[in-house]
Amino acid sequence: MTDPALSLDGVYKKFRKGELYDSLREFIPGFLRRMVRRPGRETLAPREFWALQDVNFDVGRGEAFGIIGANGAGKSTILKLLSGIMRPTRGALRVRGRMSALIEVSAGFHPDLTGRENIFLNGIILGMSRADVKRRFDAIVAFSGLEEFIDTPVKRYSSGMFARLGFAVAAHVEPEVLIVDEVLSVGDYLFQQKCLERMNQILSSGVTVVFVSHNLRAVSALCGRSLLLERGRVVQIGPSSEVIKGYLTRGRQTRSMESDRGIQITDVSLSSSDTSQVTFETDAVLEITVEVNARTPHQDLSVVIGIVDDSQYAVFDTCTRRLGAGPLSLGAGESLRCTFRLRLRLAEGTYHVNAYLHRYVTDRAFDRWLSAATFFVGGTPTVRGVAHLEPTLTRCEKHSSAPEVVALPVR
Amino acid sequence: MRASIGELLARRDLLYTITWREIKVKYKQSVMGMLWALLMPIVIVLAGVVIRYGFSLLGGTRLNAADVASVSVRAVPWAFCVSSIRFATSSLVANANLVTKIYMPREIFPIAAILSQFVDFLVAAVVLAVLLAVMNVGMSVQLVWVPVLVLILVLLTTGLGILLSAASLFFRDVKYLVEVVLTFAIFFTPVFYDVQMFGSWAPVLMLNPVAPLMEGFTAVVVAHTPPPLLWLSYSAAFALGTFLVASFVFERLEPYFAESV
Repeated sequence: MTDPALSLDGVYKKFRKGELYDSLREFIPGFLRRMVRRPGRETLAPREFWALQDVNFDVGRGEAFGIIGANGAGKSTILKLLSGIMRPTRGALRVRGRMSALIEVSAGFHPDLTGRENIFLNGIILGMSRADVKRRFDAIVAFSGLEEFIDTPVKRYSSGMFARLGFAVAAHVEPEVLIVDEVLSVGDYLFQQKCLERMNQILSSGVTVVFVSHNLRAVSALCGRSLLLERGRVVQIGPSSEVIKGYLTRGRQTRSMESDRGIQITDVSLSSSDTSQVTFETDAVLEITVEVNARTPHQDLSVVIGIVDDSQYAVFDTCTRRLGAGPLSLGAGESLRCTFRLRLRLAEGTYHVNAYLHRYVTDRAFDRWLSAATFFVGGTPTVRGVAHLEPTLTRCEKHSSAPEVVALPVR
Repeated sequence: MRASIGELLARRDLLYTITWREIKVKYKQSVMGMLWALLMPIVIVLAGVVIRYGFSLLGGTRLNAADVASVSVRAVPWAFCVSSIRFATSSLVANANLVTKIYMPREIFPIAAILSQFVDFLVAAVVLAVLLAVMNVGMSVQLVWVPVLVLILVLLTTGLGILLSAASLFFRDVKYLVEVVLTFAIFFTPVFYDVQMFGSWAPVLMLNPVAPLMEGFTAVVVAHTPPPLLWLSYSAAFALGTFLVASFVFERLEPYFAESV
């Protein structure tokens, strides 16, 4: 990378817990220090913490770069630094080219103004000139699909309409560097498709994109390289598929037995637990092993596993009872290990495994562990959705027949 | 500071748009619309006429047209001064949503607040000009001072506005403090009275940087004499100083805005 579009070099950012200032006595020295001292060379005061520590990365021109990590890892802080809303406590940050952010796309709207007025207002806030907005106005309105309501104050819009108008404006800014934060979940299914198409269009036009999302499927589809953040530190940078794998592996925890519980699920692992494999092909065989520990005797047990997709939609579940094992019993100090073997007839995507310990008859849960494990199904572009119904094309031929003349009833 | 002025110029479309939004939103869903721009000056003039009438009763003189004209000529810029400082002070907090979410030069908010008040000022000034013509106040070459006086006033309010907007972002107390000061400032500023009424104490009143401007407006518009030049240069220096200090402080504090709102 000879000439990166944006680069972060040893960036630190600190925040403060609690109220900013409790008293004037605290404020005035702090204020004077700020006025006198140049930014940088700062240390951590009590109640302060590092939101980002020593973050370094470059993004090349025209590259799509993903940032993933758990909530609170510092993803949004990076975006706020990149967009200039905040400045780093220490370190250097460079962005080359006109930048725009697809973050909080409706922030510039004023409820009392009409859709038309807000398109101008928001467009200019997001960095377009008045002439730019005028030129793209029709395209923006068409994209939002709100032609009918364009002269209605946006306070009368539904939240979906509001968000659609916001995205429509933001998607037409045409920057050189675009920052995207979890905005593809706007509006209904059709609008989301439209947004994704627009994103792909923007990507293919050579814009540099920094994309932050929890939607790992979208990250792997859009970004070539990604970065994994954990508690403000960069853990991994590399090809998206590997970083996602790293993320999913790190995310898998084992639970220790809580002392006040009589019975508990202590481990959920995928396939053979020594290989921390998290990416599987469609139709692969996956083994899910659930381990249960009992401190006190329990009877009439059943172990349930469920798989949900990234939007928590239940894809599948099964349990020992339905698979023919009778009521299970555990004595004090005994443990149980069940292995379920599944064939992954799933489409590409991210899936989470939930495990439950139910009472055999009443379905009362003794314990449950949501998202105990996460895995990734990759590389089946022939289908979309969650299920892989193994489609094959058995016929695809043309027929021609004389057009029938239909007599229409005359009224 | 040169960089931020450059940035401000580059985003002047944004400045116009935010100003336009302030004006538009202020009069949206109101029946009187732009007539509201006249209300505050009218009320100030009425109050001034009452006070002036009281003075004339005490002094045993008659209330003359020049007094009414003098009060009106001061009321319009005073109304601008008060409402732009009030409006600018709350501008950053009112736009916290944008400050924390989208990057733009933040000076735009207090400046747009003042510009939108300036539009009101212009509307009121046009009406005032017509009234003065009807009252037969007359014209003279001294009127060329009016833009200078207005410029100093705008510079002063802009300086105070950007300083107070940043301060109130960190401390909400500032807003209430400003409110109290603005409510009673009219007693410390020669709007209803002339500083000469105080005799040898007049220079003390003139230390208020707005006072020379108020005296100046009466002088050049009603009395057709030059403004008090020495005091006027004091005002100008004060305004420029305030503006420079305010810009410096604002620029220094700006990086902390988003995390301090």
